[in-house]
Amino acid sequence: MRKTFWIVSLLIAASLVFAACGGGAVSGGGETVTVVETVIVEVPAEGAVVAPSGFGVTLETVRARGNLICGVNSQVPGFGYIDADGNFSGIDVDYCRALAAAIFGDATKVEFRPVTAAERFTALQSGEIDVLSRNTTWSLVRDTELGGNFTATTFYDGQGMMVPADSGINTLQDLAGGTICVQTGTTTELNLADVMASLGVSYTPAVFEDADATFAAYAEERCDAVTTDKSGLVSRRTVLADPSAHVIMDVTMSKEPLGPMVRHGDDQWFDIAQWTVFAMIAGEEFGVTSANVDSIRSSATNPEIRRLLGLEGDMGLKLGLDNDWGYNIIKLVGNYEEVYNRSLGPDTPTYIPRGLNSLYTEGGLLYAPPVR
Amino acid sequence: MQEDTRQKAAIPFWRDERILNILGQVLFVVALLFVASLIYQNMRAGLARQGISLTYGFLSGISGFDISETLFAYSRTSSYWQAYQAGLLNTLSVSIVGIIASTIFGVILGVARLSTNFLINRLAAFYLELIRNLSLLVFLIFWYLGVFLKLPRVREAVIWPGDIYLTNRGVGIPWGLPTDSYPTFRLILLVGLILAVVVFLALRSYSKRTGRAPLTTVWTLLTFIGVALAGWFILPENPLTLDIPIIEGLNMTGGKVLSPEFMALTSGLVLYTSAFIGEVVRSGILAVSKGQVEASRALGLNAFQTLRLIVFPQAMRVIIPPLTSQYLNLIKNSSLAIAVGYPDLFYISNTIQNQTGRAVEMISMVMFTYLMFSLITSAFMNWYNQRIKLVER
Repeated sequence: MRKTFWIVSLLIAASLVFAACGGGAVSGGGETVTVVETVIVEVPAEGAVVAPSGFGVTLETVRARGNLICGVNSQVPGFGYIDADGNFSGIDVDYCRALAAAIFGDATKVEFRPVTAAERFTALQSGEIDVLSRNTTWSLVRDTELGGNFTATTFYDGQGMMVPADSGINTLQDLAGGTICVQTGTTTELNLADVMASLGVSYTPAVFEDADATFAAYAEERCDAVTTDKSGLVSRRTVLADPSAHVIMDVTMSKEPLGPMVRHGDDQWFDIAQWTVFAMIAGEEFGVTSANVDSIRSSATNPEIRRLLGLEGDMGLKLGLDNDWGYNIIKLVGNYEEVYNRSLGPDTPTYIPRGLNSLYTEGGLLYAPPVR
Repeated sequence: MQEDTRQKAAIPFWRDERILNILGQVLFVVALLFVASLIYQNMRAGLARQGISLTYGFLSGISGFDISETLFAYSRTSSYWQAYQAGLLNTLSVSIVGIIASTIFGVILGVARLSTNFLINRLAAFYLELIRNLSLLVFLIFWYLGVFLKLPRVREAVIWPGDIYLTNRGVGIPWGLPTDSYPTFRLILLVGLILAVVVFLALRSYSKRTGRAPLTTVWTLLTFIGVALAGWFILPENPLTLDIPIIEGLNMTGGKVLSPEFMALTSGLVLYTSAFIGEVVRSGILAVSKGQVEASRALGLNAFQTLRLIVFPQAMRVIIPPLTSQYLNLIKNSSLAIAVGYPDLFYISNTIQNQTGRAVEMISMVMFTYLMFSLITSAFMNWYNQRIKLVER
């Protein structure tokens, strides 16, 4: 009995001292503060070395590790998908390869980390991935509160709605009283609520954790319609049992600019991630492809092409990379058009017409700042 | 005198086992607190570097998303905090329905497992072994994708007698719709409840005084039902009208529609947990000495009376502690709702976390809430255990 009493009272005393310590850090004063102060000083110092964020640290970390860790989708054909052979494909995936090509001169030095919509931002914040390339919509909240930075738009999209062809549903109003399948943790979920509220249409959402579950429930006719970005609908329709039995309604419920995202606070890494996109767009604009890049490199006279391919100036060095970063991107992965056609072109089951995703010279929105 | 002092000096404090024990404990706590504060400071520093502060203020912001089923009026203009409450209530309703149903089913299973009827005994054993060796997640997904989503489409609904609609949009059942006289009726029910308690206490004291055994339970129930029925017919308008589900437009309207997500989660949890409860009940019954049963039969009690009056009261002492942990398991397992899309506490906090990026805050809230659930459940069960445990005089 007595022993227990002593142990308990000592424990209480110890925890009181520590509680006081914790309080002291805020209020200041007393001997105990010194102890806590050392802790505060020590941890960020140690953290700055270990943690992969902070200015200029990401590139070093990636180089030291020897590969890039890229957060991607694994369930949306054409954007991020694992095919039957276990290979990753899609334009978001190819962006990761281009970034690896720019850094290492080797497009295979990427580790793809599939992340769900729900876990992607945490994965980026915590440094589990170096870059997030996973059909993520650029929005103000994500740019600010989530501690991220959007680099550039790689795909201009809009939210759509898919229904069974024989359902007789043609407009959003026809969905009154119906059930709509949607994936959680997406801007889609918020847009759906916004649009339906503004139309005054009542509906029941059926919300699921990932794309597979959402479309499985839709395929079982748990809901009358399924909503996500139009590109996602096109791509998921190809893996439904009978693609022709489903139609994508002629409505666009939102703007969805999709692009790669990096952490706040590392400007060099941000520049590299951003200019990788621009190099691919510029490549298409100048007509440089993976097939002709070698011959163009030996004969090019256009100064901007020469700067892009590292023949003139030190554009790559300014980014902290090798000077032939642009050459490597186009040689090893391709320009924007090649990447697009490989995943979303007319010869693929996930064909999406270029539309807004054409070069500005062809009436689209793709525009790379000058390489100079 | 001198000898005593020398003996005391012979054991210095650093070799005194009692002091060393205490010292070890203190050092352990100090180390633990140090590591905890290190982790906390590191997290704060890491978040601060990315310009993220730790605050719960965001909970009052507008959520912007819809929730498929809530127990109170909720819309996209409600706050994150209300969304959290909606999830909390959904978890509570699944837990309460689950605990009641799995207790009833589990007791039946436990008794069946010990039945002398070969067929009943073997069937129960087969069921228990099958379920206890399944993964709950797989089991839930089976119920969702394999059973409730495979029910007929809305337009081809199967209608069971009693207007029960079976569709893959949910199970529609008739439900009472409150009318104007409903609030008065609720007061009458309260009066009935009070009367029933009075009757119960009176009969019990009568039984203690005289040693006779009136049918206490029956009379108590009859009192309540009598008052309720009287209230129902005396009021000018029936307090509830029957609302039958009908198929209108794209979905069922009217009645009460139990969503396939709710049905899958609840039936999965109940069938799973009841298998474990069945084993707990069986072990409890087996722990009652055989002599008790023999004595009870010798007194002329029949098998059911023996079970109810002799075996169960004694078995409860063995059953309650493991039963408590099964209840806790059920509550915690309900977070697997995320696999079947039922908007429970964990699911909704996940959504909030995604929309706001407040991972640390939401996880801490969820952990605290489940901790509270568990502590309250075990506190209640411990109180009950104290009450029924063997009192030795």
